[in-house]
Amino acid sequence: MTGRSSLLSVRDLSVAFPGGRRRPASKPVGGLSFDLHGGRTLALAGESGAGKSLTARALVGMAPPGARVTGSVRFHGEELLTAGRKAYARLWGRRISLIPQDALSVLSPVHPVGDQLAAAARSVRRLGRREAHAAAVAALGRVGIADAARRARAYPHEFSGGMRQRAVIAMATINAPDLVVADEPTTALDPETQDRVLDLLGSLCENTGTALILISHDLPAIRRHADRVLVLYAGRTVESGPVGTVLSRPRAPYTAGLLASLPSDEPVTDRRLPTIGGAPPSPEELVTLTGCAFAPRCPLADARCHTHTPEPVVAGPGGHRVTCHHHDDLPATARELFQEGSPA
Amino acid sequence: MNPLLRVRHLTVHHPSRDRRRPPRPVVDRVSFDIAAGETLALIGPSGAGKSTTADAVLMLRRPDGGQVLFEGRDLAALDGSALRATRPALQPVFQDPYGSLSPRLRVRDAIAEPLRVQGRWNPDTGPARVGELLETVGLDPRLGGRRPHELSGGQCQRVGIARALASEPRLLVLDEPVSGLDPSVRAGILNLLTGLQERLKLGYLFICHDLAVVRHFAHRVATLRDGRIVSTLPARELYSTGPHPASAGERAAGRPSPPSWSNPAGPEGGTPRRRIG
Repeated sequence: MTGRSSLLSVRDLSVAFPGGRRRPASKPVGGLSFDLHGGRTLALAGESGAGKSLTARALVGMAPPGARVTGSVRFHGEELLTAGRKAYARLWGRRISLIPQDALSVLSPVHPVGDQLAAAARSVRRLGRREAHAAAVAALGRVGIADAARRARAYPHEFSGGMRQRAVIAMATINAPDLVVADEPTTALDPETQDRVLDLLGSLCENTGTALILISHDLPAIRRHADRVLVLYAGRTVESGPVGTVLSRPRAPYTAGLLASLPSDEPVTDRRLPTIGGAPPSPEELVTLTGCAFAPRCPLADARCHTHTPEPVVAGPGGHRVTCHHHDDLPATARELFQEGSPA
Repeated sequence: MNPLLRVRHLTVHHPSRDRRRPPRPVVDRVSFDIAAGETLALIGPSGAGKSTTADAVLMLRRPDGGQVLFEGRDLAALDGSALRATRPALQPVFQDPYGSLSPRLRVRDAIAEPLRVQGRWNPDTGPARVGELLETVGLDPRLGGRRPHELSGGQCQRVGIARALASEPRLLVLDEPVSGLDPSVRAGILNLLTGLQERLKLGYLFICHDLAVVRHFAHRVATLRDGRIVSTLPARELYSTGPHPASAGERAAGRPSPPSWSNPAGPEGGTPRRRIG
């Protein structure tokens, strides 16, 4: 994959918070690198606190105050991290959109949904009221809201959760951006609706050549809706590559543990599920981290893992990369490694 | 042998806006049994009446018809004080672990609260009992001094379970206890519940959207649709009996695999085992 042809090229992205009088220094995200092409979907997978949301916000230039974002984020070849807020402001809504976790927080409760979509369209394009309204209705129709012309006059509270999420997707895609970052866009929905909303988001992006970054802890959903996946642990890349490869033949013990903890399709013989014992390190501990961040919880860890930080190595076809000293040591029945995990 | 819980023709109405019209049943003549040591899962689409059924079993909401026989006694027919005496035996565990704990109470007080309310708090043995409960749910008793915001989601859910166990229940009503938790944390909570059930012979009424979890965790599965039970199956038959009645016909074309029917960790990539809809 060459950097030149990618829409988004990220190198060594880190987010740190310098310590203050009342707060110790922390480094929740460290050294992420990936490329993303138009029309493709990249998933950032990992558990709560893995730095997924912070990464998303850093990418789109919305890192929280006090955060120090370093590395390189090139969008269409243009470096964004050093370009400042104005460069980002030019892109927001037009070329880059963010879909946050909570759809309700995006929509204003006091304006009809259609008006809010029309405003999003007019903020970027020179459109008359009627044209903007028509664009809003069309956008609602595209996300599968029946009778869009009438529903455009409804307020968010008159929509179900699934419809609200669709409306937010309609808003994020109304100006056909080049990049959509969706941060757990469906956690509040039931799995049936979740799947339909992700399908919709995927097909919208495919049709317009929009690149999608999908942030989720739901590995089955990632398998169905993403092309590539980046597994994060403690803000570091553990493993990355095509979803089929990474989620079927994981090479990192952490990925294997996550997969093992899912209920399988096999006949249930033991009602106890494998788990990963222990808890992830705090962002403060990561400042002075030596060795692999997962080592304290890893069933394969040895002395080297605690002292030497592993470097990413190629593990298979399609750019499958893994960052683990023991990437060749994972047994085929990795499930058993986590069978007697202590409670997390 | 009598089951632990026997629900017969349970009916709950929503008052309709128009007073002249008859009220609409949200739960419509629902019947099921749960034995001691058994898990019955309730599944179905949003709005099918799963949580309303759970609320009615707990008598958080009085049913408009039918019986809720707990250990042979009809809870719907009990008056206030008799019901209060029975309540400790049926305990809820809710979905939102943060939302179901008071942010102002320390963990140990949250767990002791049911005992205090029931007038069973013994200042001499109580603190030790709270520590014991924390250990039972796999938490360090030293966490007793923390408040919910200092805990992770999984830890909060364990506190919620410890609090339910404080009343020494025979039946737990688990309304989406693992939704929104990370996979590994979710597995830990499910293992805890499985272990508790085996040890204490608890009956579980388990509401969950994730069919893979239901199939793994439950013994039997009842599917609700529009307030009625449309099928009750052994959990192991969940995949072999065709599409989820709740999802049939509702699926968008295109990618065929619905969330819980696919094989998340199987050997052949993302190929679904069965097409739906």
